[in-house]
Amino acid sequence: MIRLPLALFFSAILFSAGVYGVLARRNAVLVLMSIELMLNAVNVNLVAFAQRLRDLNGQIFALFVIAVAAAEVGIGLAIVILIYRNRETINVDEVNLLKW
Amino acid sequence: MTAQEWVFVVLAAIGALAAFRLVTTTNVVHGALYLVVTLAMVGGAYLLLAAEFVAWVQVLIYVGAIVILFLFGLMLTKAPIGRAALDNQQRGVAFVIGVLMLGGLVYLIQAAFPWDAGERIAPVAGSGSTGAVGESLFRGYVLPFEAVSFLLLAALIGAIVLSRKDDRPR
Repeated sequence: MIRLPLALFFSAILFSAGVYGVLARRNAVLVLMSIELMLNAVNVNLVAFAQRLRDLNGQIFALFVIAVAAAEVGIGLAIVILIYRNRETINVDEVNLLKW
Repeated sequence: MTAQEWVFVVLAAIGALAAFRLVTTTNVVHGALYLVVTLAMVGGAYLLLAAEFVAWVQVLIYVGAIVILFLFGLMLTKAPIGRAALDNQQRGVAFVIGVLMLGGLVYLIQAAFPWDAGERIAPVAGSGSTGAVGESLFRGYVLPFEAVSFLLLAALIGAIVLSRKDDRPR
């Protein structure tokens, strides 16, 4: 027996930390890590509500989120390495060719 | 508070602390290790919520594979050490936004599920077992499952194509 708000608070803390990381970091790998934190926060919510409502669909959504996150990290790191090879930097504020 | 709740609080506290250190640390490799701690604590939380299969998937894919990918990414790029090299100038604004977001979320959660109302998660034993999840997955989500497998294949090929050395003469 676990109180539902406890899981939701945990998820809220993880999500806020992820938001801060995405906004404050300039190293692209650390930005990707912060995105992973936010995805994990969503997964905690999905699993908590799935168990609260006794409905497996939430857990299956969490599994899909994990799979998509794995694909995203693979592509994201490939892009980061490509940028590093071309620009000698992975600071996201220096990669501004497409910035208006 | 029950014993399970105390264990959950401890796991959540360690996970939240590691998440906070992850976004404030000045060494990227330490950041990856803090990410391991956070992900493992989230996996522990899944176990406490009786979602065994998701917990083991979390350990295998996140702690096992994604963190290794991150470490490879750090290894192949130059990772400077220091706050000025890792944080940008918007840190103050970002901190305010993060705190506001946390406050807003906590307010919303309190309003929707008041602590005193005592809404509890009472997981049924075996509700998150591999068998149950697999049956539900392949009964209702076969097409999304295939789509995700195709997405993973596309990501695999895309990552290879992107990070391959370009040997063509210019």
